[in-house]
Amino acid sequence: MITYLSKENKALFSELVRTDFKLRYQGSVLGYTWSLLRPLLLFVILYVVFVYFLKIGKGIDHYPVYLLLGIVIWNFFSEMTMQSLGSIVGRADLIRKVRIPRWLIVFSSSMSATINFGLSLVVVFVFMIVNQVPLTIGVLMLPVYFVMIYVFALGLSLFLAAAYVKFRDIRYIWEVILQAGFYATPIIYPLQLINNPLVEKIILMNPLAQAIQGSRYYLITHETLTTYNMWNGAWYVILPSLFVLAMFLGGIMYFKSQSKYFAENI
Amino acid sequence: MDNSDIAIKISHLYKTFKLPHEKHGTLKSAIINFGKRGYEIQEVLKDFNLDIKKGEFIGILGRNGSGKSTLLKTLSGIYTPSQGSVDIYGKLVPFIELGVGFNPELSGRDNVYLNGALLGFSRKEVGNMYDDIVDFAELEEFMDQKLKNYSSGMQVRLAFSIAVRANTDILVLDEVLAVGDEAFQRKCYDYFDKIKQEGKTVVLVSHAMAAVERFCTRAIVIEEGKIIFDGDPKSASDTYRRLNFESTESSSKKSNKGRKLSKVDQTGVCSIIGLTTIDSDGIEKVLYKPRENIIVRCRIKVNKIVDNLHVFLTLNNPGGLILTAFDKTLSEAKVRAIKPGQELIVEWTLSGVYNDGKYLVSATVSDAVSYSEYSRLIEGYEFDVVGWDMPNILIHPKEEYSMKVIG
Repeated sequence: MITYLSKENKALFSELVRTDFKLRYQGSVLGYTWSLLRPLLLFVILYVVFVYFLKIGKGIDHYPVYLLLGIVIWNFFSEMTMQSLGSIVGRADLIRKVRIPRWLIVFSSSMSATINFGLSLVVVFVFMIVNQVPLTIGVLMLPVYFVMIYVFALGLSLFLAAAYVKFRDIRYIWEVILQAGFYATPIIYPLQLINNPLVEKIILMNPLAQAIQGSRYYLITHETLTTYNMWNGAWYVILPSLFVLAMFLGGIMYFKSQSKYFAENI
Repeated sequence: MDNSDIAIKISHLYKTFKLPHEKHGTLKSAIINFGKRGYEIQEVLKDFNLDIKKGEFIGILGRNGSGKSTLLKTLSGIYTPSQGSVDIYGKLVPFIELGVGFNPELSGRDNVYLNGALLGFSRKEVGNMYDDIVDFAELEEFMDQKLKNYSSGMQVRLAFSIAVRANTDILVLDEVLAVGDEAFQRKCYDYFDKIKQEGKTVVLVSHAMAAVERFCTRAIVIEEGKIIFDGDPKSASDTYRRLNFESTESSSKKSNKGRKLSKVDQTGVCSIIGLTTIDSDGIEKVLYKPRENIIVRCRIKVNKIVDNLHVFLTLNNPGGLILTAFDKTLSEAKVRAIKPGQELIVEWTLSGVYNDGKYLVSATVSDAVSYSEYSRLIEGYEFDVVGWDMPNILIHPKEEYSMKVIG
């Protein structure tokens, strides 16, 4: 544990994060503003299509904020996994020529998505104030969900980044999975719309659905179906959390077994 | 046994690579070929044993493919041993290449901090030595420019200035002398003198035998993954020369086509598939007459799209002295991007100024910016010049002269 947090690793970590962030919007006029603009523009599109024309989410208080929060959380997850996926291969020069802890590369690459997420959350709070959503003590539950998503995404990132060294198809497969996941998770539609308790229950097994619905429940409106109230507090409400834990440990184990051979396989 | 004066202990080290006949780059080929994987096991290091004492300056000599790079990468912790062990007593910093991690899109300043972090320095520590680094590299007015606008010489200077700061007990250096001009080599030599005086342990791989003989306290020669000589540097370089000579001789007897081809880097971006010399009529030759133009012809097969490459060709004599070099990038030659499957042919005309003797041609292809090497062929072709009959002269430049009698 001492070596994981050594002075060298910390210095390298912060330098890698800095580099990632600097290179991110290299040459673009608006620069970091894009971090905020992208989710906002996606929000505008989805809002116009689904709320304005299709009238989804009519009965729900503060639906625009509700929608935005879902998008922001999903974006965090998809951005982080997509970026981390290519992180090891993208740093092939380092892998082949210096001895640095390999996990540090994935870890640092996860940070730029996390920073973006932080910025996006500021926008969500601004929206909340504009929409006059009352802030309750429940806001304290949010970090729990965010940590859960981060841990889930990190486990996946480690797995994907290591697998991508060997199989370049992983990127395309993962893009499709993310696309499907976007619709399988209640982001643009309120879960109540499904009107089928069994399907709703299955959807809520997804850790992301749990986190998004939970955040909405505590931050915006109690009219959100959450894993807990849907399953009536039965033992299996811990299943999504177990998935997260399994993904995290599995990701670490796979990464560890593969990382020894990155330098020769890359 | 007392290990207190040992810096690196390598015992019974094996390193093998599994080389699939067809690389499973995609899932489809992995699924289709599942179960019938055609692996070729390549044993690079076999039961390798070596103890390096603290304060030793050890040179490693060996021909291409002898396993010295693998050895270096294994003892640097980049490769994992297949069997056996490598024990390092102290802090080890490898320089497989100068300027690893340099990013062309970042400014010189940012690159100093990033590279410093890779050497284990905190931001504050790099900040404290920043001015010295820039001074040493002589790049004051360029530090806020992007690295991609630097010349290759400037990049090397910057990388070297950071590298010499490395605060470590054991240094592993691979071919650092292969880049840069004479002034740079002098700086390198000064640095070697300094670290030698400081009593640091140094492992040096170099084809520059002069450097090995001058600095090393001990040298080993590796051939086919085994140590065939271990002792004083002078005898080691003699052994190495003989090894090179024998192989050149035997292969030039077999055919006129120089030596076996191409060591390809694992990036697989491109590979040198031919290195020969031809005369002005386009005929491949190994024997040239005085004043006859010698055209070095290098064929590079490109496997991935490249928009720029750096081609480096050298001509040296059997003693290792580089007589002249060709140093160009695609953009300098106004060549546009090359697609996979295409071939790049470089022809470099040497005017016939070289004296009688044996000459060797080497080629290196690397990334035009990062200088990371894609393919290299050291002394891949040799030819002779015969007919001057003027010993002890290096070259015969075209000259004009006059002799006058006045008064």
